[in-house]
Amino acid sequence: MSAVEAGVRDVTSRPRRLSTRFLRSELGLVFGRRRNQVGLVVLIGPPVLISIAVKSSASRPGRGAPDFFSSITENGLFVALAALTIEMALFLPLAVAAVSGDSVAGEASTGTLRYLLTVPVDRLRLLAVKYAGIVAFAFAATLVVTAAGVLMGVVLFGGGNLTLLSGSQIGFGAGLLRVLAAALYLGCGFAALGAVGLFVSTLTEQPIGATLATVIFSAASLIADSIPQVSWVHPYLITHNWTAFGDLFRSPIAWTGIEHGLYSAAGYIVVFFLAAWARFSTKDVTS
Amino acid sequence: MTGAAVTTSGLTKKFGHQVAVDGVDLEVPLGSVYGFLGPNGSGKTTTIRMVLGLIVPTAGEVQLLGNPLGRIGESLPRVGALVEGPAFHLYLSGRDNLRRLDAADLRADPATSATRIDSALDRVGLLAAATKRYRAYSLGMRQRLAIAASLLTPKELLVLDEPTNGLDPQGTREVRHLVASLADEGSTVLVSSHLLSEIEQVCTHVGVMHVGRLVAQGPVSEIGGDARPRARVETDQPQVAARIMTELGVRDVRVDHGSAVGELDGTAPEKIVAGCVQQGLAVTGFRVETPSLEDTFVALTGEGFDVSG
Repeated sequence: MSAVEAGVRDVTSRPRRLSTRFLRSELGLVFGRRRNQVGLVVLIGPPVLISIAVKSSASRPGRGAPDFFSSITENGLFVALAALTIEMALFLPLAVAAVSGDSVAGEASTGTLRYLLTVPVDRLRLLAVKYAGIVAFAFAATLVVTAAGVLMGVVLFGGGNLTLLSGSQIGFGAGLLRVLAAALYLGCGFAALGAVGLFVSTLTEQPIGATLATVIFSAASLIADSIPQVSWVHPYLITHNWTAFGDLFRSPIAWTGIEHGLYSAAGYIVVFFLAAWARFSTKDVTS
Repeated sequence: MTGAAVTTSGLTKKFGHQVAVDGVDLEVPLGSVYGFLGPNGSGKTTTIRMVLGLIVPTAGEVQLLGNPLGRIGESLPRVGALVEGPAFHLYLSGRDNLRRLDAADLRADPATSATRIDSALDRVGLLAAATKRYRAYSLGMRQRLAIAASLLTPKELLVLDEPTNGLDPQGTREVRHLVASLADEGSTVLVSSHLLSEIEQVCTHVGVMHVGRLVAQGPVSEIGGDARPRARVETDQPQVAARIMTELGVRDVRVDHGSAVGELDGTAPEKIVAGCVQQGLAVTGFRVETPSLEDTFVALTGEGFDVSG
């Protein structure tokens, strides 16, 4: 043991500016946690259910069904889009809220926060790494839903050319690319929600409370978005532009909504990350 | 650098109306083993949290290994800390928990990470349980893991807040040995406890907290040095023994449960025994008692280890 000690005597002498070790550790923590793994598996449920339900019902869906549903039997790729539409309202925000609400509050409630800070980990670096973990999970969740939808859809309904909402057709490869783009676009929206969750998480030592608050924030935004009397606030709502991913399936692609959504997401990320930083940088860690 | 590992001046922390720490002037000399004592709730942990930069003081200054309040982070790599009990991820193994802390340390060399982690685990006797989930650890094992976490890289200062909490007598003794061996290697150790007897033997300096204030501080010899040794004569006639002791120059003689006790003020103890026997007293016992640090501690903080309001 003394040999080991002699070998590491000068270990503290050279701090490195950059290291991905902490980030990798954080990703391992987020994705290695049983709760989060189960969450990702649950997210696979809707695309599987949708595809089996549509396949087993003899008749084609009626006229009243949502856009993507009626198209499922024509091209399996639409399973992914239908699944994203369904999970966009609750399941995906819930998954992102669970991870983001837990980010700082979870470490505070177990007490590991004080040990990270005395290592020391700079508080800004801690927030940045925590947020990177949230973003990674947000995109992973969206991509898991999309991948499950594409897989089930193509297996049960086949691929082939994709008929766009405006009537024209594109090849399967181009269609797949647009589905992927839709998933990444939604991922940005959930990353923005994750920034809100990160901020709430710095306010409390109760991870469940932070998660609930984040879900409520997202739900309240959806509700406000459906009330025409407050239409002036709609463009500023975090969920307002999420449905714009459908614009990717028009010809030509209607970029306005997408652009708006990306700006909105960037705005939410900047504002709420800075708010989290403002709160966390001087916070007394008493847990 | 000055001769102190930690100094605070006028350190104060208020939580709302509650004054948790009130004008504390701590001085932990380099190379010392500083016993930070006080009943539960006397402000030890809040003081330690301020020294480590976890809590911002309401008023006062802190110097940690030469760096002032705003730059405490620059000293922290040289400080190992155990604050208010162990805290780790329940579903990770002991080794994985240490890996995470080591990964978070920008200054730790990833190439030696595995050997450093295992030698820290070995040092606290946890190597055999390294792959066990933290959830399955006993309180004593958790405490050891927290100590191991503070030993991942060589430290100049170790801040151990209640390191013996939850340990059995065997574990308590091991922690004491560990503290002593760390001090032998040249580290300064700031160790807090509400149980004086657990750390008394290894401390070179002590500071005593009471209701948010530092009521005494200094080398052990000075803190305990005020009180003189006392002689106790056990006999069936304590009143007579008391009179003889007073005649021999013993001060503050009291009769107490079949014995007479007094402060030896230069009087040779053997003269007391001889005097009593000459007068025909049946002496059944004789003892010279040196007041322990504990007595001083109790005198400063009051009887019993009650929670201070």
